[in-house]
Amino acid sequence: MFTPNLWRFRGFPDAAPEILRLQREMNRLFSNVEQRPTQDYPAVNIWESMESAVVAAELPGIDADKIAIEVTGDILTLSGTTKINALKEGETYLRQERIQGSFNRKIQLSFPVDTQKVEARYEKGVLSITLPRLKENLPKKIKIN
Amino acid sequence: MSEKDLHKTENTAAAERVRNVKTFLPRVDIYETKEALFLIADMPGTDDKSVDVELEKNVLTITGRVNIDEAKERSIVYSEYEIGDYERTFTLSDEIDREKIFATVKDGVLRLELPKAEKVKPKKIAVKAA
Repeated sequence: MFTPNLWRFRGFPDAAPEILRLQREMNRLFSNVEQRPTQDYPAVNIWESMESAVVAAELPGIDADKIAIEVTGDILTLSGTTKINALKEGETYLRQERIQGSFNRKIQLSFPVDTQKVEARYEKGVLSITLPRLKENLPKKIKIN
Repeated sequence: MSEKDLHKTENTAAAERVRNVKTFLPRVDIYETKEALFLIADMPGTDDKSVDVELEKNVLTITGRVNIDEAKERSIVYSEYEIGDYERTFTLSDEIDREKIFATVKDGVLRLELPKAEKVKPKKIAVKAA
């Protein structure tokens, strides 16, 4: 099974969704297992600069205090539970496409994070986390004598 | 859940758009109670000001505009989802009381209550001894 490697896409990020799609398609073709590989939930986008990274995840309709964000070194862990809409007796689903249940996702960043300065914001169903790079890890300029 | 359902589906807008952004089909749940139908749509990035619900004859259209504000000092290094507007249409039957449709948006989730018309609500008929 081919597994996604985050940093494989460095340099041509615009092609990343297309590559992921291709990868899933390949996995589907080469696996004899009936069950298709499922995409990790929640879907994330990652932006980076030299000093920090921003991870955004689409998590519509979730209680902000039910999202657990943990950072250790360069690993960001997102876990939580989406609101489960329990139907009462006599109520039936006519269509069910939304994802319900618990999730746990680990994301590896390209640098260790200053855990004291991580900021998270949840707005309009989108979670965005700003992760500053650890000072000791910042690139140093080297003078040429 | 199949693989297709897990991914955003790109949508071709019915009406021509001025904005040069992609539109997606929001994922929806629809459930029925005795009194009403409930439609719940995931539209992350929208709020009550950017969601429109329109009813024309028996076609219900939900649209949501998402502001794209990308951080300029950062560049995207990894992407699993694309950002764009949402649009989806549904056809309502005569069962629905058009005057009483009620919509709310919270945390990027649109919730529509479509009450059933009085005449189609289930009624219990008393059985009397003859």
